[in-house]
Amino acid sequence: MHEDNANKITVPGDRRLEDLKVSGSRSWFSTLPVIRDLRIAVGWQKGMLVTGLAITIAAVLVAIAAPFLAPYGFAQTKDAQGHDFPVQSAPGAGHVWGTTVGGFDVFSRVIWGTRTAIIAIVIAVVLSIFSGVLLGLVSGYFGGWFDKCCVMIADAIYSFPSLLLAILMAIVISGGQSSLWGGILASGISITVVYIPQYFRTIRAEVIRIKGSAYVESAKVVGASTWRIMTRHLLKNATRTLPVILTLNSSEAILTLAGLGFLGFGIEPTAAAEWGYDLNRSVADVTAGMWWTAVFPGLAIVLIVLGITLVGESLNDLADPRLRARKSAGEVIGSIEDTSVDPQERPGAANEVMAQIEASGTVASGSTVVSSGMAETDDTTVSGGASAPIPDAQAGPIGDDGDTPRTTEADHE
Amino acid sequence: MSETQQGGVTLTTPHGNLADIEHLSVSFMTDAGSIKAIDDISFTIPRRTVVGVVGESGSGKSVTARSIIKLLPETATTSGAVYLSVRNDEHRLDMLSLSGEQLRQARGSEAAMVFQEPNAVLNPVYTIGWQIEEGLRAHGMHDKRQLRAKAIDILEKVGIPEARTRVDYYPHQFSGGQKQRIVIAMALVLNPGLILADEPTTALDVTVQAEILDLLRLARDEFGASVLIITHNMGVIADIADQVVVMYRGHVVEQGDVDQIFYRPQHPYTKSLLAAVPRIGQRLVVHDASGAVVERKDDWHTQPVVVEAKGLSITYPGRLMQPDFMAVDGVDFTIRRSEVLGLVGESGSGKSTTGRAIAGLQKVSSGSLSVLGVEMNGVRERVFAPKRADIGFVFQDPGSSFNPLMTIAQNVAEPLIVHHAYSSVADAADYVGDLLEMVQLPRAYMNRFPHELSGGQRQRASLARALALKPSLLIADEPTSALDVSVQAKVLELFKTLQAEIGFACLFITHDLAVVDMLADRIMVMHQGRIVEHGDADDIMQHPGDTYTKRLLASLPVPDPREQREHRARLLALS
Repeated sequence: MHEDNANKITVPGDRRLEDLKVSGSRSWFSTLPVIRDLRIAVGWQKGMLVTGLAITIAAVLVAIAAPFLAPYGFAQTKDAQGHDFPVQSAPGAGHVWGTTVGGFDVFSRVIWGTRTAIIAIVIAVVLSIFSGVLLGLVSGYFGGWFDKCCVMIADAIYSFPSLLLAILMAIVISGGQSSLWGGILASGISITVVYIPQYFRTIRAEVIRIKGSAYVESAKVVGASTWRIMTRHLLKNATRTLPVILTLNSSEAILTLAGLGFLGFGIEPTAAAEWGYDLNRSVADVTAGMWWTAVFPGLAIVLIVLGITLVGESLNDLADPRLRARKSAGEVIGSIEDTSVDPQERPGAANEVMAQIEASGTVASGSTVVSSGMAETDDTTVSGGASAPIPDAQAGPIGDDGDTPRTTEADHE
Repeated sequence: MSETQQGGVTLTTPHGNLADIEHLSVSFMTDAGSIKAIDDISFTIPRRTVVGVVGESGSGKSVTARSIIKLLPETATTSGAVYLSVRNDEHRLDMLSLSGEQLRQARGSEAAMVFQEPNAVLNPVYTIGWQIEEGLRAHGMHDKRQLRAKAIDILEKVGIPEARTRVDYYPHQFSGGQKQRIVIAMALVLNPGLILADEPTTALDVTVQAEILDLLRLARDEFGASVLIITHNMGVIADIADQVVVMYRGHVVEQGDVDQIFYRPQHPYTKSLLAAVPRIGQRLVVHDASGAVVERKDDWHTQPVVVEAKGLSITYPGRLMQPDFMAVDGVDFTIRRSEVLGLVGESGSGKSTTGRAIAGLQKVSSGSLSVLGVEMNGVRERVFAPKRADIGFVFQDPGSSFNPLMTIAQNVAEPLIVHHAYSSVADAADYVGDLLEMVQLPRAYMNRFPHELSGGQRQRASLARALALKPSLLIADEPTSALDVSVQAKVLELFKTLQAEIGFACLFITHDLAVVDMLADRIMVMHQGRIVEHGDADDIMQHPGDTYTKRLLASLPVPDPREQREHRARLLALS
């Protein structure tokens, strides 16, 4: 797309056209879901997205670097010399955020807890996304009794309070209390059960919409196998809304994990640090005036949920053109072709405004071919006769057929 | 506020134009940056005139009309001026400088809008009487009896029978044409000086279109309003317009009397637009590169039968407690190799269902349908699958006929891969390039994604995909109805050339008689699931036997103002 500039006419002394951004090609990087949204966001929506991303990325970094950031281990109650930590000591020199009733260092527990939370999210999302998408795809495409059964089960799961279901699953899987992986898996799987219906419903609705579209019917006419239609045409096109649900579900996953821990169905304190469990243990402290054992794990939960929810909500708004905020266009400089989103449309021949400028002799540009009128661009004239194949270079400013393709973004909705 | 009031209102003499659009430019902010939609356009709307705005899609017609009543999204920026005389000629309003309450007052009472899709305009949960009265209430009328009387009166004027009882009906109790009448009644009830009609007949069948155009004529003659009608159909322009504004790429290229535009067009674009309009009785003749006429090698009369239907019926199962809907009701026809059979009918006549049944997309309910020697009634996919290589299908909507996440090459190569003609897209690249060149697209388009092509280009690529395996049968379901006329002309030309060269049998489904007349050897006219007329194309066009065919032909506006006047008289005589 670098030829844009080579092909543009400038008026001497007017640098505005050079500053004008003609839509160029984008790298693959900028088409990734979150990155793309970051580019198109403006105003408070961008603020929301950036804040959310900052909090989320910070949480992930903390989780990765936990062994270096935390001064002590999550289950450590003695220092290197073998002396016990003071119990319920206020924030101070040795323990920046104080210690708990069990003698754990609050700061270290919060840092290590981030790791548990992130792992729980990943497991919950990975497990539910695969089964949810697969079920939605099959059920939406084939319909029939399988579809009816799936929808009924999904509805039934919706009617359960999700935390109750999670408790039930935790007891079934691990008998209530367990090790790090047992606990994480227990909460992860219980969260999965609750979230599969959400992914299932979204994908199913998309598949039902897409399977009536012309390109799927075209594949059927061609004789493509069901497997090919499902993998090549339906799967990719149906999963576009997933990033939004994914982020919103992750924040709910943390809340469910914390809720399980708070109710005593979570992970043993010696197996891993978990904020919900810490909050549970601090209930008695709060009435005794020891604020630090409750405030820090509580804040950690609030922050990470806030961060992920902000990302999810702003992605949701940005995905919907009706909710998406935009800047005002302002006075646009240049002609219609200059600002067109059509990749084939470039300033040049058949652009009356440019032709006039050229004719009046105010333009010093050697690289532009300007023909008068549009009769010469072969494809807009409709006089009979099958014309010869068009060389690429001629598929110029007028588009091939003179009608404008829809914009890139519109196609993505 | 008071400043705007003084700035926005100027005193004027009652003579002069109803509206002047001066140096109007509109830009939009989109995700891809700012876009200029219309650029410095000026034209006038005289009093008691129908001004037609023509142009291709994306030429800025709708934006122009919406600017006149400032009905633009927040992302739009306007410059220039729109002056509109108020109904009693006391002053003129500068519409673009109005805001808030003043703008609300001006909308409806000075200029009203009629949209394309009547179903989307009427609110399904209110009676039509309530919706007509809403405009009156918004402009300060509150007496219930008077409101109702006005609503009934206007409904009678727009030709809704039994208006007194039907004023309490809900929108779904009316047909599409009647709904559009009600929308026009809503526009007329406040007696505005200007009615902006944005493609008011595009969503309607031709027979209904003629009635709606009559109604807009009534708005001019009896209500003394001016009508700005936006359309892409030159026949509609010839039928109704007094003045024509031709738009191209956001510029007004020409404004003039309807006769001047049609008989003495000045701008090359207007000339090319007129040349592209399909006309009845104009057979399409195509030439090859050397200028020789492209002709079919074989006489289709002697060719073997490819598709044969006998008593073919297709029903859609009804909802609970409702009878099944019979979309196709016992039709018989044959299609021979290298023949083009035109299937014409209005929406809901069962023509698409017939096409889909031949392609195996729709189950046959009863009767017999034999496609390439396979009986489709109760066919198993395993039996029909190998025959699919021999059938091509071109869909109506170029927007959705390609997988948006696959390149053009991947999309076009799909039949080749599915039927194992090539093992991968890379293998087929050479042949796909040839196919694209055959439909007059550059080879380089292979690596583009569908949204990077225009509608006409996509429809050509669609044709390339349909013809990839050199099928002996092609079903084209309204392949050009979503395209602009100039694009349509090129696609039809290409179609004709390829048909003559390859010699496939073709079922060409369309609602446009002029298009089918250009291409088809034989024509079938479908009406409510039955074939009402069936025969040689020239015969049917010149001497239609059935009353429905006659009405269909008479309703089709001729893109020639003088001829259309006589044509309209004939339609009147028919009804």
